[in-house]
Order: sequence, then structure tokens, then C-alpha cells
Amino acid sequence: MSRFLVFALLLIAGSASAQGVVNIYNWSDYIAEDTIAKFEEKTGIKVNYDVFDTNELLEAKLLAGSSGYDVVVPTGNFLERQIQAGVFRKLDRSKLSNLANMDADIMRIVEQHDPANAHSVVYMWGTTGFAYNTKAIQERMPEAPVSSWAMVFEPEIVSQFEDCGVAILESPTDILASAKHYLGLDPASESADDLKQAEDLLMSVRQYIRYFHPSQYINDLANGDICLAVGYSGDLLQSRDRAAEANNGVEIEYVIPEEGGVVWFDLMAIPADAPNVDEAHQFINFIMDAQIAADITNYVFYANANAASTELVDAEVTSDQGIYPSDEVKAGLFAMKAFSSRYDRIMNRTWTRIKTGQ
Amino acid sequence: MRVVRRLNTLRRDWLSWIPTVWLGVFFLIPFLVVLKISLSEATIAMPPYLPIFEWIEGSLLEIRLDFGNYLFLIDDPLYGAAYVESVRIALTATIITLLIGYPMAYVIATAREPRRTLLLLLVILPFWTSFLLRVYAWIAILKTNGLLNGLLMSLGVISEPLVILQTDVAVYIGIAYTYLPFMVLPLYASLSKLDRTLLEAAEDLGATPWISFLTVTLPLTLPGVVAGSLLVFVPAIGEFVIPALLGGNDTLMIGKVLWNEFFANRDWPIASAVAIMMLFVIVGPLMWLNRMNAQHEEANS
Repeated sequence: MSRFLVFALLLIAGSASAQGVVNIYNWSDYIAEDTIAKFEEKTGIKVNYDVFDTNELLEAKLLAGSSGYDVVVPTGNFLERQIQAGVFRKLDRSKLSNLANMDADIMRIVEQHDPANAHSVVYMWGTTGFAYNTKAIQERMPEAPVSSWAMVFEPEIVSQFEDCGVAILESPTDILASAKHYLGLDPASESADDLKQAEDLLMSVRQYIRYFHPSQYINDLANGDICLAVGYSGDLLQSRDRAAEANNGVEIEYVIPEEGGVVWFDLMAIPADAPNVDEAHQFINFIMDAQIAADITNYVFYANANAASTELVDAEVTSDQGIYPSDEVKAGLFAMKAFSSRYDRIMNRTWTRIKTGQ
Repeated sequence: MRVVRRLNTLRRDWLSWIPTVWLGVFFLIPFLVVLKISLSEATIAMPPYLPIFEWIEGSLLEIRLDFGNYLFLIDDPLYGAAYVESVRIALTATIITLLIGYPMAYVIATAREPRRTLLLLLVILPFWTSFLLRVYAWIAILKTNGLLNGLLMSLGVISEPLVILQTDVAVYIGIAYTYLPFMVLPLYASLSKLDRTLLEAAEDLGATPWISFLTVTLPLTLPGVVAGSLLVFVPAIGEFVIPALLGGNDTLMIGKVLWNEFFANRDWPIASAVAIMMLFVIVGPLMWLNRMNAQHEEANS
């Protein structure tokens, strides 16, 4: 009897240590308030949740090795290069029963980053467009082409908004790709000549831009400190909602420009040296639960790639063209690929020149 | 007796080893690691550079040094410009800090107890809150719809809001504010050691307060001025956070360039080369200053 007890206790202790912890590293403001608590309650696994706000920061930690994280969420074009560097382990699909929930079309698109979806599952996706303060723009230019990249890329138009403040996302890949696309060039090309044309375009509007920043524009746009900002869809939509909540007379509108724009996918993946591989799979599988994915989308205003969850997402969110664009708008979107290191260097050098004039 | 003495010298030697070991572990070894990376070649891997040393067939040691990273820094005018800009911004901010810090230290040094202790405490007090929070507070003060512009506009001093945030002026303000205690404390130390009777003597001999300040107080507190200025100048050159939060897009400082190389280009070797060059840019003038100082003291004695 007593031997049986000891055995049982050992078993419990063993399973408790196996269901230990999982270390998540995700973007800031990118999960519903109750997601972690629900996961801990369901599985008994303790979550250490940590956040970053640029892909570059995440990448530096991953390349240094032994980051200690079990699940990380890089954007597609970054993940693509990290796979080449051998950063991730292949997913064990037998542990991911909710994979059937995923949108087959989107999973096929992200195969350009991760062939056969071997290492990753889509967390959320969004677009890079712009948002504007309706009143401020209306006052300055009643006939402003508010659904076109011309708002940002045409000097005679953007100059009208200089006094109320124009901000551009600090992301050379997104902005230079958008500029190339606006000029009718291939955003994925590594041609120096194409890059020069994009640089010239940005130089022509440079003097009207107040700043380049990865996230500052969220608050500034909501407070009325700036009136036009190029940025990530969910961030700009959060800015719109903050302004509405503050009731400060600021009204924000987000646009995926009619010329088309960048679409990006943030993907969950497991580092090759992750300490808790099994727990990591459980977490990824949990996020693919239809209800959980819907909860996150309702909270962060980014679309998920979970086909089964769409009917559970608020109608207000699914009907928002900025979050779930129509098929027509979708056709104009393009995803970025990972560039060669050589081109990255030339591109970042160009970006520094655009920002500093040096 | 002799044994005791020998034990004493041994103990002294041991004590003198502590700073040496400290420097070795926390400066020399990291420096050598960075130097090693700066001479390797970038690649897509973990970590993202190729090894310098490689054993071939277990017996042949191959050493591959890539000096191209340093040549690259000379080739592209960006890096030179960033070094010059960093020194210029750090120097301007140091002068501003000195101009604010000196009168402050003077007032504190001449104040009576317990006021003096209170004033000293007030100088150090801001350190008790996060540095980052205090820089964020400056964003709220300096921005277009911020506190400063609101105040000036309501007083009727200006009619249009001043654009200070995201300019070099905001960076000067940020550095001067953050590093002010490092300037005030050494100045206070040398001002409080100042022999007041010398000033009385100067006055008796007919010097105006201004003349006695220039000929007595200032030269005698020069070590404090040099120490305080170095404590501000040296960290300000490599400052990354303040220009990133308060500076504009055209504020080009070496910390930002280094960040770009490391994070955006994933080029750890070039980033390391930038860091090594920065060390020489800072250490060079310091060693020169040190020698000048030593010669000066030698001439005096």
C-alpha cells in the first residue's frame, strides 16, 4: 500500500515537472487580456510572457543563441532568413491537432517564407498603410486623395500637411517596398537602380516628414500631435480607437491604399535550442483554437489566419476593411521576401541617407 | 617582525591586484572578444559571423583576419560624419552642463548646514527614479502640444508652438539634464575645498569679485571642472537612448549607427569595428589630456 502511494506520488511529481513552464516572446500589445490565464488554467503550464517591439531586437537575441524562449513570433521575411541560419526546429505536426482550423489560402501564401509550413504557424497578419486625422486633412485640403499613396509620396500634396505633422514608420523594408510599388517597380527586386528611384521619391517628400519611428505615431495621432502617419494596420486602428475613447475631437481613418500595399504575417515558431519543446507545441496549438484566436483578434484588431474563428470574431471587426480587406483589396497586397545580406546593407544605408541626409 | 612585514606587503600586493583583475575581467576580455568579432566576416548563421581560428585536420591552425571591416568604415563618409557629430553634440552638451552646473555647485558649496546637505540631496534625488521615465517626461514637456509650449503660449511669449522635440536642442537638454549631477558633484568637491581666505586676500588687494573669481576660484577648481566635464563628455559621445527618444531623424550619433549595424544589418563584425574605433576616438584625446595634465603638474613642482 505504502509502496503504491510512493509510486503514485512519484508519478504526480513527474508529470508536474513535465508540465512546467513555457517562455513566450511576442510583440507588445499583441494578445488578449485573458489568453495567458486561460492557457495556464487549461494546461497547468506556467507562462513567462515577454515582449519586443522590433523584429531586429528579436533577431539579435535568436542569432546570439540560447535565448531561453520556447515560442517566438517573427515576421515572415525575418523568419525566412532565420530558418536559413538554422534558428528554428521543425514543428511536430502530430502535436498540433488544431492545424485543421487554419486558413489554407493564407498558409499557402506563407510557404514562400517557410516551405511546407515546416517551422511555423501564422499568429496574426496585417498590412502597412496609412491613417489620417479626418478633420485636419479636410481643413487643409478638401479634395485630398485620401485613399491613395499620393497622400504621402507626392510633394505638392504631403507638403500641405507639414504643419499638422506627418510621421513615417521606421522600417526601411516596408517603406521602400511601398515606394517602389507606388512607382510601378517590383518591390522584391534587388536592383540598385530601382532602389535609387525609391530613394529619390522619398527625398522629394523628406522635408515634410516630422519623424520616422516604430511606434510613437500611435499616441501622437490619437492626441492630435500629428495628422498623417504611415504604419502597421493594427497600431493605427488602435490609435483610432484611443482617440474615440478619449473623446478629444480627433477622428482617425485607416487606409489600405488603392494602389496596393505590403501585407505581412507574424509567425509562431520554436527555437532549435528551446528548453520546453512540448509545452511550446501545446501553446501554439492553444492559440490555434478557434475561440482563442477570435478573442485575440477582437482585442488587438489584427486578422488571424484561423478560418474556423472568423464566425466567432465580432462583426464590427470582420466588416472593417482595414482588418479583413475585401478580395478586391487583397488582390493588390504583396508580401515581402527576405533580401540578401548585401542588399540589406545597401537598403539600410539608403534609409540612413533618407533620414539624415548623410 | 620581518615575517609580519612581509605579510603586510603581500596583503598590499593582493589588494593592488583587485583593480587589475577587475579591469581584466570586465574590460580587457570583453574588449578582446569585440576585437575578435571585428576581424571576422559576417554570414547568415548562429552567431552571424565566421570563426577566425579554425583547426584543419586537427593539427593545422588556420587564422583568417578580415581587415575589410575597418577599410569599410574609412570608405563610407557616414561613419566619420557620425563620429564628428557625436563629439560635437557631446561637447556642446558638456559646455551647457558646465554653465548650469558651476553656479549650482557654487551655491551649494557656499550654503550653510543643514541647507547644504539638503541641496546636495536634491541634486542626487532624480537618480531614484528610472532614467528612462525622466527622459519620457521631457517628451511630454517639449512636444508641440506639450507643457512648455502651453505655458509660453498662455503667457503670450510666443504665438506659434516652438518645435523643440526631435531637434538637436532637445538632445542637449536631455544630456544636460541627465548628466548634471555628474558635473555638480566633482565641482562641489573642489569648490568646498577652496580656501576662503584667498578670496579675502584678493579682495583686500583690490580685486573686484569677477576678477577674483577668474584669477583665484576658477584656476583652483580647474581639476573639478575637468573631472566633471569628462564624466559628462565621455558617456555622452556614446549616448543612444537620449538621441533616440528626443532627437530628430537627422541627429546622427555613433550610438545609432552602431545600433543600425548590429540590428538592422545584422553585421556584428562591422558593428564591432565601429565600437573599437569609437574607443580610440574617445581614448586618444583623453590620453593626450592626461599627458598635458602630467606635464603641467611637473612644471608646477
